[in-house]
Amino acid sequence: MRKIGVIIRKEWSEVFKNRFVLFTVAFLPLVLTAIPIIILYSMSTSGDAGAIGLGDIPGNVNELCPGMSGGECSQYFLVSQFMLLFMMIPLMIPVTIASYSIVGEKTTRTLEPLLATPISTIQLLAGKGLAAVIPAALASWGSFAIFSVAAHFIASGPNVSARLRDPLWLMAIFVVGPLMSIAAVCVAVMISSRVNEPRAAEQLSMLLVIPLLALFFGRIAGFVLINEALIMWMAVALVLIDAGLIALAINLFQRDTILTRWK
Amino acid sequence: MIVTENLTKFYGSVKAVEGLTLRVEPGEVFGFLGPNAAGKTTTVRMLCALIGITSGHASVAGYEVGKEDHQIRCNTGILTEAPGLYDQLSAERNLGIFAQLHEVEDVAGQVERYLRMLGLWGRRNDPVGTFSKGMRQKLAIARALLHEPKVLFLDEPTSALDPEAARLVRTFIADLKQEGRTIFMCTHNLDEADRLCDRIAIFRTQLLALDTPSALRRKLYGRTSVFHLRNAGPKFVKILQSTANVHEVQMVDNKLLATLDDPEKQNPELVRSLVDAGADVQFVGELRRTLEDVYLRFVQSPAEQQEAH
Ligand SMILES: Nc1ncnc2c1ncn2[C@@H]1O[C@H](COP(=O)(O)OP(=O)(O)OP(=O)(O)O)[C@@H](O)[C@H]1O
Ligand SMILES: [Mg+2]
Repeated sequence: MRKIGVIIRKEWSEVFKNRFVLFTVAFLPLVLTAIPIIILYSMSTSGDAGAIGLGDIPGNVNELCPGMSGGECSQYFLVSQFMLLFMMIPLMIPVTIASYSIVGEKTTRTLEPLLATPISTIQLLAGKGLAAVIPAALASWGSFAIFSVAAHFIASGPNVSARLRDPLWLMAIFVVGPLMSIAAVCVAVMISSRVNEPRAAEQLSMLLVIPLLALFFGRIAGFVLINEALIMWMAVALVLIDAGLIALAINLFQRDTILTRWK
Repeated sequence: MIVTENLTKFYGSVKAVEGLTLRVEPGEVFGFLGPNAAGKTTTVRMLCALIGITSGHASVAGYEVGKEDHQIRCNTGILTEAPGLYDQLSAERNLGIFAQLHEVEDVAGQVERYLRMLGLWGRRNDPVGTFSKGMRQKLAIARALLHEPKVLFLDEPTSALDPEAARLVRTFIADLKQEGRTIFMCTHNLDEADRLCDRIAIFRTQLLALDTPSALRRKLYGRTSVFHLRNAGPKFVKILQSTANVHEVQMVDNKLLATLDDPEKQNPELVRSLVDAGADVQFVGELRRTLEDVYLRFVQSPAEQQEAH
């Protein structure tokens, strides 16, 4: 356990010296928190939100707005749409950190000395993985907290802000988010083993955002209904995917393999 | 301290090391010499439990490679062929991380000890990216020593350095030798091997020769005395040739070179007979073959040797 801690601290003190990483980790949550707050704010102040009838919203969304006015429901719909983008935080931050921390180890040629120490492969992977997942979780939880507080003050009705903090979104942020981060780290580890450029590893791993965007546009188009059941199923699926990916990453990350095939 | 028996490594179908059998004693500085692609790095990696062995056995510090890898990693230190440091981090932090991974008891004390030994204590907070190549190499060696390993492996410690940096590193290795450490060193630098190593293995996929540098020289070339004469001539060559136990006589400029069994005993007699025959002897000395001659004899194929002449 101590060794995992040593690795985590080492990663942080190194990776956060990289301006690009710092930018992603700091800037992304900032922007993704600001956007829904601004939307919420402009909708609440423009006043015509109340004029939107329930009929103007994709039919199935109405099911999610029991007891809300049309304006409230549309506010909820739009803001929660951006909360989906919010889920990019637990995907993109770990991918960035993991890409730099693993490919970086290759380019600086520090991997072999590291592997010559009595650290197990799993400890090393866990250290690097956690070094990427922890900041992502903290950033997304922190951003969500800021957003919730802001929503409380600027949403047009208590109904809306309460809905934004209901179990559905809490579960998305606190359970699905970290599970997504773990999957992202595993994918980044595997891709990092094949490329020699941190940016390349990062960009390839970013393809993970595609399912999220599919959800985003699917929802706009009215194909997908995001409700508690869907989030539940996502969590279950992610647990299974994570287990598989972790096993695969550990398998790919054997000392022998790394030293002789990681070129 | 290191024992290998028929150690063999294949990468797929590429044979990198074949049937390597050797012993390295405690406190010995052991030189491992071989041309590029000889399998030196492969051997070191196997002995440090970094890559698996294909067949054969090896034990390091009493632990069996492949079975007690964790103990091997605890008891060996390695300077890898291309040792990287964390350039953004300070010298102190670089060493500290490795001391912690090795579970060194007094991390701060050990780091300080080595930084002072390297004369880097004053710069302990500087990022190592700002250090000279020689300093970085020394720091990398120190990093391999923090846990006071029983065996230190050095894979070409001076190959990427300019002469000045190389000398810095070499002096450091000489200091370590003084401390009685067991060192297994791969190198291309024959002069360095000659000066630092107690014994030398010449290796190219297989072990070609193994002995002390002077014994290797003697085995290959015997011992050669050099007589500088003011009036060298064929007459004197004949005199030497007709003496018992003189094996090979050559005249080069005004020097006579004679290969002898026991120069200490034979030289006085030979000088006497040369002087009696009218030779003006200016100096008598011993021809020291360089280790390079020995090395090339072993490593080059006969065709390559022809070309070199
Ligand atoms: N990862 C690998 N995969 C396949 N073949 C390899 C691998 N590493 C080394 N080899 C091969 O094994 C042989 C020995 O290589 P090795 O690196 O051990 O030589 P070396 O003596 O250290 O050479 P150098 O002096 O260039 O460092 C070479 O033929 C090399 O091509
Ligand atoms: Mg090598």
